Amino acid sequence: MRSAVIVFPGSNCDRDMAVALERASGVKAQMVWHKDASLPDGLDVVTIPGGFSFGDYLRCGAIAARSPIMRSVIDFANKGGHVLGVCNGFQVLIESGLLPGALMRNSGLKFVCKDSEIKVTTANSPFTNAYTNGETVTYPIAHHDGNYVADAALVERLNGDDRVAFTYSNNPNGSSADIAGVLSKNRRVLGMMPHPERLNDAELGGTDGSKMFTSLAEALVSA
Amino acid sequence: MKARVYVTLKNGVLDPQGAAVQHALGSLGFDGVDAVRQGKVIELDLTETDASKAEVSVIKMCEKLLANTVIEDFKVEIL
Repeated sequence: MRSAVIVFPGSNCDRDMAVALERASGVKAQMVWHKDASLPDGLDVVTIPGGFSFGDYLRCGAIAARSPIMRSVIDFANKGGHVLGVCNGFQVLIESGLLPGALMRNSGLKFVCKDSEIKVTTANSPFTNAYTNGETVTYPIAHHDGNYVADAALVERLNGDDRVAFTYSNNPNGSSADIAGVLSKNRRVLGMMPHPERLNDAELGGTDGSKMFTSLAEALVSA
Repeated sequence: MKARVYVTLKNGVLDPQGAAVQHALGSLGFDGVDAVRQGKVIELDLTETDASKAEVSVIKMCEKLLANTVIEDFKVEIL
């Protein structure tokens, strides 16, 4: 699996993401600066890490979503490429129009930073195929604007298409229908607020997140 | 030429910040505030001198960046 991590000013989970990708695939992830006009050739997956790109100015992820590299990322996704956005990366994917809905300020108004029980709602995706449907895992969450807003029609559509990837067991931020992560229509773009890349080493508290990266590595074995 | 853009949450979108401001006003003794909605104001200095062209251009800016039209409405004033 050949992977890249997009780095914006203010990204702070980029290295954790790179370590998680390399551990699962055995191949070093390529770090790509946001001002680059194009992605490296031959990628299987592009990841957008967590952090506070551009200081969360205007709206979280809004400026990053309009940066030069994102045109290539959108193009990559539209051609069937796999894209993973975590936390701020989820916000960037929403702002870039690759995923539906919006992410607003947490309903409790506070930054929430804790381990959270997350339910894997569907194992039917390249990101979650190593899990079982309904399995619960612990992923860290750390965000101020993770309140996923979807109207009733969108929630119905996402559920109907089996596109809700993860839900919170104890909704920490007011998200519609407890949604923690959503898939694109072709199931190749995943955005999620929880951080699987931060729980990838027993020495650092657990390995619940590793399976997500092994799922991907198995689904995307490089030709 | 200047433009002023008002970005506000759409009706029906819950506004946790507005609700907190409303609560704070109540605790300061300001009674009778039924609801608070928080938005933002963005001021732009433009080189364009034609008001209608400026308006068209600012509306495009709103649609592409300044507002998230999934949850926000915007209003443009040319000054």
